[in-house]
Amino acid sequence: MDLLDHLPVLVVIMPLMSAPLCVLFDRARPAWLVSMSASWLSFAAAVYLLIQVSRDGTISYRLGGWAPPWGIEYRIDLLGAYVLLIVTAIAALVMVFARRSLEKEIPADRIARVYAALLLVFAGLTGITATGDAFNVFVFLEISSLASYAVISMGRDRRALSAAFQYLVMGTIGATFILIGIGLLYMMTGTLNMLDLAARLPEVADTRTVRAGFAFLTVGIGLKLALFPLHLWLPNAYAYAPSAVTAFLSATATKVAVYALLRFMFGVFGAEFSLNKMPFDLILMVLGLAGILSASLVAVFQEDVKRMLAYSSVAQIGYMVLGISLASNTGVSAAILHVFNHALMKGALFLAVGALAYRIGAVTVSSIAGLGRRMPWTVAALVVGGLSLIGVPPTAGFVSKWYLVLGTLEQDLWPVALLVLIGSLLALAYVWKLVEAAYFAEPAADAAAVREAPLSMLIPVWALVIANLYFGVNTQVSVGVARQATDLLMGGGG
Amino acid sequence: MSGAPLLTWILLVPLLAAIGVVLTRNRPNVRETVTVVAGIVLFLLVATLAATISWDQPPTLVLAEPVHGLALALTPEPLGMLFALVAGFLWPVTSVYAIGYMRAHHEQNQTRFYTAFAVSICAAMGIALAGNMLTLFVFYEILSVATYPLVTHAGNEQAKRAGRLYLGLLMGTSIGFMLLAMIWTWQLTGTLDFTPGGVFGNNVSSGVLSALLVLYVFGAGKAALMPFHRWLPAAMVAPTPVSALLHAVAVVKAGVFTILKVSVYLFGIDRIAELPVSSWLAALAGLTILLASFVAMTKDNLKARLAYSTISQLGYIVLGAMLGVTAGVIGGGMHIAMHAFGKITLFFCAGAILVAAHKTKVSELDGLGRRMPLTMLAFLIGALSIVGLPPFGGTWSKWLLVQGTLDAGFWVLTGVLMLSSLLNVMYLVSIPVRGFFRAPASQGDGIREAPTASLIAIAVTTTGCVLLFFWAEPLYRLAGGIVR
Repeated sequence: MDLLDHLPVLVVIMPLMSAPLCVLFDRARPAWLVSMSASWLSFAAAVYLLIQVSRDGTISYRLGGWAPPWGIEYRIDLLGAYVLLIVTAIAALVMVFARRSLEKEIPADRIARVYAALLLVFAGLTGITATGDAFNVFVFLEISSLASYAVISMGRDRRALSAAFQYLVMGTIGATFILIGIGLLYMMTGTLNMLDLAARLPEVADTRTVRAGFAFLTVGIGLKLALFPLHLWLPNAYAYAPSAVTAFLSATATKVAVYALLRFMFGVFGAEFSLNKMPFDLILMVLGLAGILSASLVAVFQEDVKRMLAYSSVAQIGYMVLGISLASNTGVSAAILHVFNHALMKGALFLAVGALAYRIGAVTVSSIAGLGRRMPWTVAALVVGGLSLIGVPPTAGFVSKWYLVLGTLEQDLWPVALLVLIGSLLALAYVWKLVEAAYFAEPAADAAAVREAPLSMLIPVWALVIANLYFGVNTQVSVGVARQATDLLMGGGG
Repeated sequence: MSGAPLLTWILLVPLLAAIGVVLTRNRPNVRETVTVVAGIVLFLLVATLAATISWDQPPTLVLAEPVHGLALALTPEPLGMLFALVAGFLWPVTSVYAIGYMRAHHEQNQTRFYTAFAVSICAAMGIALAGNMLTLFVFYEILSVATYPLVTHAGNEQAKRAGRLYLGLLMGTSIGFMLLAMIWTWQLTGTLDFTPGGVFGNNVSSGVLSALLVLYVFGAGKAALMPFHRWLPAAMVAPTPVSALLHAVAVVKAGVFTILKVSVYLFGIDRIAELPVSSWLAALAGLTILLASFVAMTKDNLKARLAYSTISQLGYIVLGAMLGVTAGVIGGGMHIAMHAFGKITLFFCAGAILVAAHKTKVSELDGLGRRMPLTMLAFLIGALSIVGLPPFGGTWSKWLLVQGTLDAGFWVLTGVLMLSSLLNVMYLVSIPVRGFFRAPASQGDGIREAPTASLIAIAVTTTGCVLLFFWAEPLYRLAGGIVR
């Protein structure tokens, strides 16, 4: 089974190589077929990898046969396989959705290029997850970022251009910080392999250079993560990008950044350095809470639904960061679990919004008035996704909240637990604005012609909605893997 | 059929009814038949369960295990059985009533109405039979969401505002307080199973326990304990069958049921008695009883008056749970049933008056007893039962609650209960008295009795009020099983 041994790299290479193919075809239909096959094959590969990793343990793959630390190592542990599964699953579903959505939102001659850029983003994200090499992380981060600037700018609203430019400026600053950080580490240790770095760093940990490297890296990742207050690029980028792109980015890009943060914090620097020598846990907790409360509050007052959900994403990132800041097994596994669950809920929500956009154009609180009757399935998906976002049982969001609150209570941080729950109630406020508009407001005069979204859009939406319900009840995979991955990451027990 | 399969069907029947209602939406007669038949089947299932169950080895149905070591599971116990019996019996009765009411009132969206109703009953069954706090919470939240479309049924601005208040307060308290308390309990004890005698060991300090008790009691917003009671009067904008079954029985009783269940099976009655904070909560319940009664007197709108009366009556049950004596708990448990029959009768009558005479205000009811004698008579019986006069069911629960206050040595609360009975006479019994003895404002306005379907339902619940006085024994034994 030679080919299967190469899966760790194939999961990255398939989308990477398919991107130029799309450009070569330069027609919508073949480009879509290429993207579909690349993403579904990657998904299959990720499923296989997860099974393999949970059975046999971490996979180390030597790129080109060069032994680490000289060659580039691809290293897939349980956490990596878990994140890969999320990214590829969302990519596969979004590609199904994208055909009709992009046809509507993008001029026909540019569709193939959107697919190409989307595949590059996808390749970059899987690359960050699969690689075991710090510099490689930077390279893939740039691939995904540059491609996402391009693909955001293709949104049909002209403000997409300035949103993409804003993201470009902030994203480049972030990437530069990451590069500087990696450079400083390389200066002190002479290695770029993450495992090797982890082995060599403790000797030199007590130097200003390493501390500076740590600071640069975390701030850089924080920008990519849209960690409050570095989130300013996100709302506009999500609001003006094409619908399918927003769905994909919201469900994957920030998740991979969380992964990178975990990897560097616990895998490279080690919990001892990150949390004890540097006061990073406190910083993360404060920023996480500030993000949860402020972004949720801002979301309540948004008129544009995509912007509302974008602010909600900033808040949700706050939950993940808060979980990490607890630095306990429960806390970190709650963060990892929320990475998974948030991908499900935001994927479902943004896809549902994309389906609405397909029929009515701009999706605002007033433009969805009365659509509960015209597009019952789409709006119902919006409601279930919203309930999951609030954390109402039996949805996936509830399980996330449960573990996060449990993590805070374990450390007697009950005021923090209370703030988390207040965040949930703010989510109730903005989700319910949508529900009221969709079901109770008088429909606009031209709404009579609106029909339910096409089946090719409803299927991916509802696949995610059902996943939200399924993983709210059966958590064997989502919680089980998150816990095991945490144990591995935190060095067993702890 | 017995044990776990029976539990499965108790959850499934209302869900299947919901699906059936949607499928038969174009044929109203079939649709309503589905609801009523499902209701009767459900009640038979619950009754079978109650008749065949062995309390020493109750059946358990595990639905899923969302949190490691913590399952969604149904395990009946006496108090839950009581609640399930009441809700299961009153659902088909209310459905019969609703047929008359909804058609006579020409309500829109009846399919949505019956669907949400069936889902709500499923959630109520889940609450009643929940084997642990997590399961109870999950169904509690489903009930909040499922009743939302019923509250906002009218779809106008007032209904929308009411819905916002409804969901905001119920979800706010349950997520903000109850969820927090629940996770805290789990973190302290590692179990959320309802265990006779409570789950907290001696190593949990009474300060923490007090905080938890306060969180639980306020977290059960459906119990409408002041200051979290505003949603209940607001929810009265819903169609009357909803106010009757959900906002006099299923939803509000789910709230007080939660409080009883938490007191008995998470804290343990003895633990409650030891905590100083429970006296404060009992006093707050007493205050709620009185204040809500006073507000009720000022309300001219009939349904609003009934809503405040419900808030006051719910206070009885909370009070019973917080006394920390067995008589209080048994009295509270029985009051769930007794008040349900009394208050649902009153709401049925209010709805009948609305449909037949188009009157919503108490001051308009002068002389109505001559046109609608049956309805007014039923109203009188329901009101007397709530006051607690023999020969009506409410006597027994009130008796036990009074005994509970004496056992616990809260003389003041004994006085509160007595005073409240007097107030009940003033604002509830005065209504049928008006109807029978005052001269009507106008003559010959062609007002006739309510639709037959509604009258049948009224007759059933009114008879229930009387029968529960003479045959209270089975209920008492069931409620007594709580503290065995």
